[in-house]
Amino acid sequence: MSAISATAHAHTAHAAHHEVGFVRTYIFSTDHKMIARQFLFLGLFMMIIGGLLALMVRWELAWPETPVPGLGSILTETGGILEPSQYNMAFTMHATLMIFFVIMPILAGAFGNFCIPLMIGARDMAFPFLNMLSFWVAALSGVLMLSGFFVPGGHAAAGWTSYAPLSAVPEYTGTNWGQNLWCISLFVLGVSSMMGAINYITTIINMRAPGMKLFRMPLVVWSLFITAILLLLALPVLTSGVAMLLFDRTLGTNWFKPSGGGEPLLWQHLFWYFGHPEVYILILPAMGIASEILPVFARKPIFGYHAMAFSMIAIAFLSWVVYGHHMFVSGMNPALGMSFMVTTMIIAVPSAIKTFNWLGTLWGGRIQLKVPMLNALAFVWMFVIGGLSGIFMASTPVDIYIQDTYFIVAHIHYVVFGGSIFGAFAAIYYWFPKMFGRLTNTALGHLHFWPTFVFFNLTFFPMHIIGVGGQMRRIYNPLQYEFLQHQQHWNVFITYSALLLGLSQIPFVINFFWSLFAGQKAPLNPWNSNTLEWTAPSPPPHLNWGPTVPTVYRGPYEYTSPESREDFLPQSQPPLVRAGAARH
Amino acid sequence: MLNWWLPENVSTYGEEIDWLFHLIYYITGAVFIIVTVAFLSFIVIYRDRPGRRARYTHGNTPLEIVWTVVPALILVVLTFLSVPAWSKIKMTMPQTDFVVQVTGKQFNWQVTYPGPDGQFGTADDKTFLDEMHVPVGKPIRINLKSQDVIHSFFVPQFRFKQDAVPGREIPQWFEVTKPGQYEVPCAELCGFGHSGMRAWIYAHSAEDYTKWAAENLRAGAAAAAPETKQEPEKPAAKTGGRAKQ
Repeated sequence: MSAISATAHAHTAHAAHHEVGFVRTYIFSTDHKMIARQFLFLGLFMMIIGGLLALMVRWELAWPETPVPGLGSILTETGGILEPSQYNMAFTMHATLMIFFVIMPILAGAFGNFCIPLMIGARDMAFPFLNMLSFWVAALSGVLMLSGFFVPGGHAAAGWTSYAPLSAVPEYTGTNWGQNLWCISLFVLGVSSMMGAINYITTIINMRAPGMKLFRMPLVVWSLFITAILLLLALPVLTSGVAMLLFDRTLGTNWFKPSGGGEPLLWQHLFWYFGHPEVYILILPAMGIASEILPVFARKPIFGYHAMAFSMIAIAFLSWVVYGHHMFVSGMNPALGMSFMVTTMIIAVPSAIKTFNWLGTLWGGRIQLKVPMLNALAFVWMFVIGGLSGIFMASTPVDIYIQDTYFIVAHIHYVVFGGSIFGAFAAIYYWFPKMFGRLTNTALGHLHFWPTFVFFNLTFFPMHIIGVGGQMRRIYNPLQYEFLQHQQHWNVFITYSALLLGLSQIPFVINFFWSLFAGQKAPLNPWNSNTLEWTAPSPPPHLNWGPTVPTVYRGPYEYTSPESREDFLPQSQPPLVRAGAARH
Repeated sequence: MLNWWLPENVSTYGEEIDWLFHLIYYITGAVFIIVTVAFLSFIVIYRDRPGRRARYTHGNTPLEIVWTVVPALILVVLTFLSVPAWSKIKMTMPQTDFVVQVTGKQFNWQVTYPGPDGQFGTADDKTFLDEMHVPVGKPIRINLKSQDVIHSFFVPQFRFKQDAVPGREIPQWFEVTKPGQYEVPCAELCGFGHSGMRAWIYAHSAEDYTKWAAENLRAGAAAAAPETKQEPEKPAAKTGGRAKQ
């Protein structure tokens, strides 16, 4: 403990010595909260591009080979009609951007950075400089990724999974530097994630405030801790994989090319060995966020705190041994497929535990349907659908049929949009007052949430139906197939819903920027929460607290505790021995 | 228009897949309804009202054990029920003398019959482009290969899907129960021509198939009376041969 206070003292002394200039405050900042905001802006900016790409894909599927409105001036040769290779590029980059540059930066980057030190009572990350470097390396990676749109031959078009040898030989897709930049950008991003992960793990292990035992940590910190471990161990596999792919493309190696003795399935093993933990990297922080927000707005302790923490640990461990369920019909040994089915079925259990514990948290609560809570509840409900549809794929025989159909597309979007993105919205509405010192507008929040929720379901639920009907993913024109003709009306319906889902984000953008500059000043603790971040000023200054960091006396979810007359009991509030005795 | 469900199944093992699909559908559907009813009614019943305090509880161990064990049991049962169908479809190969070689290439399916000598790689092989003829009621073995990138041989009505991986030959089988014409889309992204990469399987009754084979697979048959439907013959066969080396 003395080491921590000594460091804190050194920090305070350091801060007092010289004022930090504009560049060090807003650009090359080592303050975890500024880095969090930077990650948030990076993610939200990329979300606009990723969303527009999705709408292009949807337009093509509903009205194949017709001009996409607004693209006439960009695609002058075709008058705005997407060509098949451009269509492949659009869905490849939609997924790449959404996964690597939207959800990861927002959930792990922004909220990891913001929540970890503030919620465990640390003054900053363990390695502030490394933290800054992590953001700027991620930003460089983003620039590299976006630059791929401007190179001859277009951007990567082999799917976000970039299966070799399609991705390994330029002639197969016709993209050359696009795919190379894709590899380089993800390589650079892998380095950034590693720096972030090391920082998160070190900070959580070493820098907790006095009294903050591991099992007094808020569940969102638990989730980010586990996410960081997954990032540390999973991302390097992708990083090596994309390096090998780049070498195959440019240096003539033959890791994945059968013509030179390579093995295409090696790429899939490397990719999914990363890729399945990646899915949990995307969803675990959202689970943590929901576990944080539900107790606050149900005014009730989380149901089964230990079960919640242990189920996340179980998910993390199991996530290493389920990845083969992406490869049931890939040509991998079917006996191996069977063992992956067993592990995949097992991993559904901790998810079920979490769902029932969230229900248990709502039971008997005093539920306040404020905007963060609505988004967190949507997360829980949509995650149930995404989780249940996953069971279809876990059963190997059923997966033979639904693999590579829209059923899979529906499933992934229920998990990463219904799950991760609603989790991200919940987190943004919940922590915005602390992050920016201003409250968001409630009416606009509702105007954002309700249409988003409705059109999300109208967009993605029918994808189950066309998937069961057999529509494949990544096809350019469903009307080329006779067996898909009868369900084309669904594609039109989905596209209308997706366009409205896109429009539903406008209130969010308005709310975000309006609140940023003109929102009502936020009080210290607007939601009457227990966790430590709400004891710091809004927004917290450099080094977060004044001369002393808070001391922790209890767990994070003591809502409606009999020890307190209020319906909340902050973690840092000393036990009221006298008051308790007086009531007797 | 209201044909919303799985396409008609016309293969022997398709029924087992459909049965499992429906089983999981009913189980997950029931779970979804139970969870949703609980979820929505909790939100309504326990909404914030003045004067009410929330219940102070940290959990309930017996309850938590129940909702850990029950889903686990259901999933174990589902796993055991999935094993036989999987072993039958992917891990066993029924006795059959009907073997076809299917090679994916950007952006076609090449279907090669061994010809009268029953051997692949000989002069009497017959190769068809995007077209395959099979008899019903007989296990069909296909040796799946690819010349360039990964493709996936998908026959929705057979509940058949298998990736074709360059550098490998993957033996698979199916048995058709109903004569007809069935679409075979490629289900794995294989490049700009992925969409529209599609073959047709013509399933004939035993007699019709014998007739077709006599006209098309006999040595010299194609040279004597080239079918209009089959496009390149020898050139495609040659390309197939080159890929093997």
